[in-house]
Amino acid sequence: MPDATGLELIAQRVRDSVAAEAVTGTAFYREEATLEVAPAAVHDALAYLRDAEDEPWPLLMSLHGCDYLPEEPRLAVHYQLLSMERVDRLNVKTRLGVEDPRLPSVVDLYPTANFQEREVYDMFGVVFEGHPDLRRILMPEDYEGFPQRRDFPMGGEPVMFTFNEDEYPRWYD
Amino acid sequence: MTDPLQVPYRERERSVTMEPLGEERLHDELFTINIGPHHPATHGVLRLLTTLEGEIVRDVKPIIGYVHTGIEKSCEDQQYWKAITFVERMDYLSYYYNAQAFCMAVERLLEEEVPPRAEYLRVLHLELNRVASHLFWIATAALDIGAITMLWWGCRDRDLVLDLFEMSSGQRIHTRYFQVGGVMEDIPPGFEAKTREFVKVMHKRLDQYLSLLDRNEIWLQRTKGTGIVPVERLLELGVTGPLLRAAGHPWDLRKAAPYSAYDQFDFKVPVGTVGDNYDRFRVRIEEMRESLGIVEQALDGLPEGPWITRNRKVALPPRHELATSMEALIHHFKLVTEGFRVPPGETYAAVESPRGELGCFVLADGSSKPARVHMRDPSFVNLQSLPDMAKDALIADFIACVAMLDPILGGVDR
Repeated sequence: MPDATGLELIAQRVRDSVAAEAVTGTAFYREEATLEVAPAAVHDALAYLRDAEDEPWPLLMSLHGCDYLPEEPRLAVHYQLLSMERVDRLNVKTRLGVEDPRLPSVVDLYPTANFQEREVYDMFGVVFEGHPDLRRILMPEDYEGFPQRRDFPMGGEPVMFTFNEDEYPRWYD
Repeated sequence: MTDPLQVPYRERERSVTMEPLGEERLHDELFTINIGPHHPATHGVLRLLTTLEGEIVRDVKPIIGYVHTGIEKSCEDQQYWKAITFVERMDYLSYYYNAQAFCMAVERLLEEEVPPRAEYLRVLHLELNRVASHLFWIATAALDIGAITMLWWGCRDRDLVLDLFEMSSGQRIHTRYFQVGGVMEDIPPGFEAKTREFVKVMHKRLDQYLSLLDRNEIWLQRTKGTGIVPVERLLELGVTGPLLRAAGHPWDLRKAAPYSAYDQFDFKVPVGTVGDNYDRFRVRIEEMRESLGIVEQALDGLPEGPWITRNRKVALPPRHELATSMEALIHHFKLVTEGFRVPPGETYAAVESPRGELGCFVLADGSSKPARVHMRDPSFVNLQSLPDMAKDALIADFIACVAMLDPILGGVDR
């Protein structure tokens, strides 16, 4: 892990090279470094971290969404970067509101993000602009709502049979 | 880009059109078929939308989600110590790894120390689980290629591992043996002797497997030189585990970033050279041998001491204390009814599962239930490399690729 100082240095380099407002904060918690970036700057910041940084982060290990209800902005997408050379991890995080959440896709930088961005879209409703094939991946394609959001109720979902198929929202629209 | 859900479902369905082919195109026709979702060769409920030209696979689209049960969502409604039961059911062949990743993340948030004996017992069970998982893989992989003997042999020997799990935890699969702060129970008398016996038998069995498969012409034709993906592409796709090591990249979290007690063990990381299906097969076989070595070392060096943390705020007090100590009774009551609270924060803990990097992201909000649990499941990520592996391969080789990829659909869909 980069230590707290190293994280600040990375943050400063991203500010210098991408945009001054690209980095919105840093957090160092339990030996893990988190770089918080603005949603619009995600693609540029990751492109910089992957290629142009003197100590690059060539691999994206995990991309996952998160709902911070009741905090605002509620949603977040985490990019867990890895450098196999230095055996080092960096968490890049971006926060975005629940109304029409949009992020630039990073599939062109990290092809592994394909399925994972689809999962975040499926579960949290974050639309990744520029994703080659943004569809639901785990839930049925006609499903309504984004089940991993914290205000989505747990349980109580009726089972669909042929006789009650038309009671389902948008099944026959 | 517009939201794809804005297009009504029936309209999307209507966009599929059928056109008759002209006479001149009859022989270069591309043919799209479904393999799965219910096909034994898809290792679960995996649907492979395959585009064929004759018998050559031109494109594959894995379609998943058929066994999505919302485990991550369910975890948000469970106390931390109860969520272990849920995460174990994601990748149902490597349940110890799921529990380990989750417990590691929670322990990191709690800053809870795990006693050395517990770490050793964890390593012992993790490696036994790796052997069991690889045994099931080789049983089903060989079955896909038509070697049915291997199925009986693999399942027979996996049963020996399950017997050991039953001995130490009472359960054969989904043992819930790992707890936050340690393990549930010390190993019983006789466990060590039985494990050593298993290790001895297993080395011989691995030789038998090799003599059964390694000279088998059908097996070699299906595996040698098929499904090759270059290392750079694998890394781009985020592929880890035996698939990456078979391509010659020696990345193993147990060596690179040792967690638990792995820094105290002496083992090798087998790597391949070509990266074809044959290398994947050999890498996993050698991994089993290394795992058996780690199991023996864990038994040899098993430290004395407690097997779970003495912090009563996290771990249940021993049963006998309940009869004599009021404090113990209170702790027991608090833990069973409310669970323990975890200070707000988030962390990502990664372990090397039999299929690659298994990461667990936990967000704690200060209550006794996690606000978010996400598993970065290696099967889910590795599945993306299937189109690259199977491109321009024969259908038979394509099935071998699925087998050698070793996806566990419970982990893919979670």
